[in-house]
Amino acid sequence: MSLLGILGWSDIIFVKAWQNPSISEAIAAGAGGAAVLGALGAAVLVTWLGAWRTLWTGWLTSLDHKKIGIMYIVLALVMIARALIEAVLMRVQQAAAVGDPGFLSADHYNQLFTTHGTIMIFFMAMPFLTGVINYVMPLQIGSRDMSFPMMNAVSLWLTVGGAILMMASLIFGSFSTGGWSAYPPYTGASFSPGVGVDYWIWAVTLASVGSTLTGINIAVTIYKRRAPGMTLFHMPLFCWTALAVSILMIFAMSPLTVATAMLALDRYAEFKFFTNGDGGNMMIYANLFWLFGHPEVYILILPAFGVYSEVFTTFSGKTLYGYRSLVLATMCIAVLSFTVWLHHFFTMGQSAEINAAFGIATMLIGIPTGVKVYDWLLTMVRGRIVASTALIFSSVFLVTFVVGGVTGIILANPDVDYQVHNSLFLVAHFHNMLIPGLLFGMIAAVQVWFPKAFGFRLDERWGRISALLWTAGFYLAFMPLYAMGLGGAMRRMRSWADPDWWPWLLAAEIGAFLLLGGLATLLMQFWVSVRNRRALAVPGGDPWDGRTLEWGTSSPPPEYNFAVVPQVDSRDAFTAVKAAGRAYSAPETYEDIEMPKATMVPLAIGLLAAACGFGLTWHIWWLALLAFIGIWGAVILRSFQRETSRVIPAAEVARQHEAWLEMVRGLPQTPRRAGLTPANSGRAEQGEPA
Amino acid sequence: MTGPRNEEEHEELRRERRALTIGAVQALILTCAAFAIPATGLLTGLAALAGIALLGVLQIAVHFRWFLHLDLRRSHRHDLQLVLFTVLIVTLMVGGSIWILFDLHDRMM
Ligand code: HEM
Ligand SMILES: [Cu+2]
Repeated sequence: MSLLGILGWSDIIFVKAWQNPSISEAIAAGAGGAAVLGALGAAVLVTWLGAWRTLWTGWLTSLDHKKIGIMYIVLALVMIARALIEAVLMRVQQAAAVGDPGFLSADHYNQLFTTHGTIMIFFMAMPFLTGVINYVMPLQIGSRDMSFPMMNAVSLWLTVGGAILMMASLIFGSFSTGGWSAYPPYTGASFSPGVGVDYWIWAVTLASVGSTLTGINIAVTIYKRRAPGMTLFHMPLFCWTALAVSILMIFAMSPLTVATAMLALDRYAEFKFFTNGDGGNMMIYANLFWLFGHPEVYILILPAFGVYSEVFTTFSGKTLYGYRSLVLATMCIAVLSFTVWLHHFFTMGQSAEINAAFGIATMLIGIPTGVKVYDWLLTMVRGRIVASTALIFSSVFLVTFVVGGVTGIILANPDVDYQVHNSLFLVAHFHNMLIPGLLFGMIAAVQVWFPKAFGFRLDERWGRISALLWTAGFYLAFMPLYAMGLGGAMRRMRSWADPDWWPWLLAAEIGAFLLLGGLATLLMQFWVSVRNRRALAVPGGDPWDGRTLEWGTSSPPPEYNFAVVPQVDSRDAFTAVKAAGRAYSAPETYEDIEMPKATMVPLAIGLLAAACGFGLTWHIWWLALLAFIGIWGAVILRSFQRETSRVIPAAEVARQHEAWLEMVRGLPQTPRRAGLTPANSGRAEQGEPA
Repeated sequence: MTGPRNEEEHEELRRERRALTIGAVQALILTCAAFAIPATGLLTGLAALAGIALLGVLQIAVHFRWFLHLDLRRSHRHDLQLVLFTVLIVTLMVGGSIWILFDLHDRMM
C-alpha cells in the first residue's frame, strides 16, 4: 500500500502522453497544460496587480452575498470556457470522422462528452444561476443579506471544491466515460474499474450538497427576510422563480446525493445495489437519478424565466403583463416537475399505462410554459422598448425556446420517443432548451445587473456582436442535429460510416465555432467595458429606469445594501417611489447595522472537501480521513467563535448615504431613449408614471 | 432579578415546558398503543396493519403540534403550508417510485 494510494507516475497526463504519443494524448496533455498554466497565470496576475490582500479579505473570505454571487459567476465563466472548448473538439472530431476514425481515441471522446455534460450542468449552469440569485434576490426583497451568510459561503466553496476535482482530472488520471448521467452497471466497478467514475461521484456529490444548502438558504431568506410591507405578491417575479428553484433544490438534490452515495458503496465496498447479478438492479439508479434529473432541468430554466420577466418589463417600460398568472405558472411548473421524471426512461421496460401517464403529465407542463410566453409577448406590446443587449438575448430566447418546447412535446409521446430516444434529436432538443432557456438568460442577467455590481454599463456594440454569434451559432450547431436524429443518428458517437451525414456535421462544426466566438466576444465585451468604464459609468445606480428595489441603492451597493430598509407597499416598488417623487430623499433616522465578519472557515471547508474527494478517488486513505476530520474540526472550531459580526455605526451609515444622495441629486436625469448612450448617468428621468 | 423582561421569559419557558410534556406523554401513549396491537393480539391481519398506520399518522401530527409548534393560527400558516407541500412532494416522489419499480419488478418475473 503506497503513500499515494493507486496514483502512480504514469497516471500523470504529461507522462502518459510521453509514453504513448498520439494526437489524442497530445490534446489531453495540452488540456492538462492549459489547466496548469491557467492557474499559474491567475496567480501571477494577482501578484502583478498586488491584489492578494484585497482578494483574500475582500473576496475569498467574504460572507457578503453580493461577493459570493459574483464569485459563483466567475466560476461559471471559467468552467464554460472549458466545456465549450470540449464541445468544439467533439464537433471537429465528428466532422473529421465520417468513414474514418478521426483523431480522438474512443476513450478520449467518451471522456469529452462526459466532462462537457457534467461541467455544463453542475459547474456552469448551477453556479451561474446560483450566483445570479445570490446577487439579485436579497436586493430585490430589500434584505441586507441571506439568512445564513456563512452557509452561503460554504455552498460556494463546496461547489468550487467539486470544480477543482474536475480540473484535477485533466492532470491526474482520466475522467469517467459514462456520460453525465453515469448509469450503472457500466459505471460499476466491474465495467469501469479506473478512477474516472470516482472523480465524477465526488465532484457531483460536493456540488449537489452545496446546492441543497443553497436551496435552504434561498427559501428561508425569501420567507423570513423580506422588507416590511413586501408581501409575497409584491415580490418581483425573479424572486418567485428563485423561491420555486429553492424548493426544487431542497427536494430534488437529495435523490442525487443518495444515488451517488449508493454508487460509491457499490464501487468501494462491494455493495450490490446496481450490479447486474446478486440481486442488484440498475433501474433503481435510473429512477433515483431522474427523480433528481427532471426537477433539475427546471432548476436550470426557472431563474432564466425570472430574468426574462425582469428584462421584458424593464426594457418595455411597462409593468409585467399577467403577473399573477406568471406566479401561478411558475408554481405549477415547480410541482408538475415532480411528476414527469419517467419520460427519461420510457424505453426501459415499464408498462404502457405508466408510460402514458407520465407522457401526459409531461405534455401538461407545456400549458404553464405557454402561458408565460404569451405574458412576455404581451408585456412588450405597446411598450416603450429599449433594444438593449439584454432585450435582444431575451427576444431570441422567446423565438428559439418555442422551437425547443415543441420538440419537447413531441418527445413526450412515448411512441415517438421509442424512435428517437438516445438520438441526436434528443441532443438537439435539450440544447435547444438549455442554451436559450438558461445560458441566454444568464447572459442577459449579467447585462442587466453588471452596472449595479460595478457602477458602469457593458459595451452595447460588443454585446450585440456576441448576441449575433450566439444566435447564429446555436441554429447552425443544433438544427442539423434534429435532421440527423430523425435520420437515425445516435448520440455519444465518435464516428459515422454514412457519408450523407457529412454536410450536417460540417454545419454543426461551424456552428460550434460561432458559439465559441460568442463566448470570446462576451469576454471581449467585459474587457472593452472595463477600459471604457469612464464613458460607461452610471453613478446614479439606476441605468435602466428600473422598477425594483435594487435600483434605488448605490452602484455598487454598500455591504449592507440599504442604508435604511425600505418600506414597500406595492409591486414595482422603486417605480412607485419614483412616481411619487420620493426617490433619493433622505431618511429621518439611521440605525446601527450589524453585518457578519469575514471568515476563512468556508474556504477551508471547500478546499478540504476537494482534498477528501481526491483522496477517495485515488484511494489515498490518510488524506481522505485527515481532510474529513479537518472539515468537521473547522465547523466545531467555528462554533466557539464568539464575535462573528461587527457593527457599522449609524453615523457612518448616515455619512455614506448622505454623500451618495448628494451626488445623485446633482446628476442629470436620463430619458429612456438615451439609456444606451454615454449620456446615461444612472439617474432615470422622473416623468409621468407609466 | 424580577424585571418585566425576566417575568416574560419565565412565562415563555413555562409554556414551552408544558407543551413538551404534553407532547411527550401523547407520543408515548401512541407508541405503546402501536406495540400493544401485535403484543396483545387485539387486532390481526389487515386490521392490525391499518391500526398501526393510523397510530403512525397520529404520531406525526402530535410531533408537529407539540414539538414543532405547528397549528392553524394565522401566524403559523406559512409553516403549515410548507409541511403540506412537503407531504405532497414526498408522496409524489415515493408513490411514483413505488409504482414504477413494482411494475418493473412484476414484468421481470
Ligand atoms: C454552447 C455550445 C454547446 C455545444 C456546441 C455543445 C455540444 C455538445 C455535444 C457535441 C455533445 C455530445 C453530443 C453527443 O452525445 O453526440 C453535447 C452533449 C451534452 N451537452 Fe452540450 N453543447 C453546448 C452547450 C451546452 C450547455 C449550455 C449545456 C447545459 C447547460 C450542455 C449540456 C450537455 C449535456 C448534458 C450533454 C450530454 C452529455 C452526455 O451525453 O452525457 N451543453 N453537447
Ligand atoms: Cu425531463
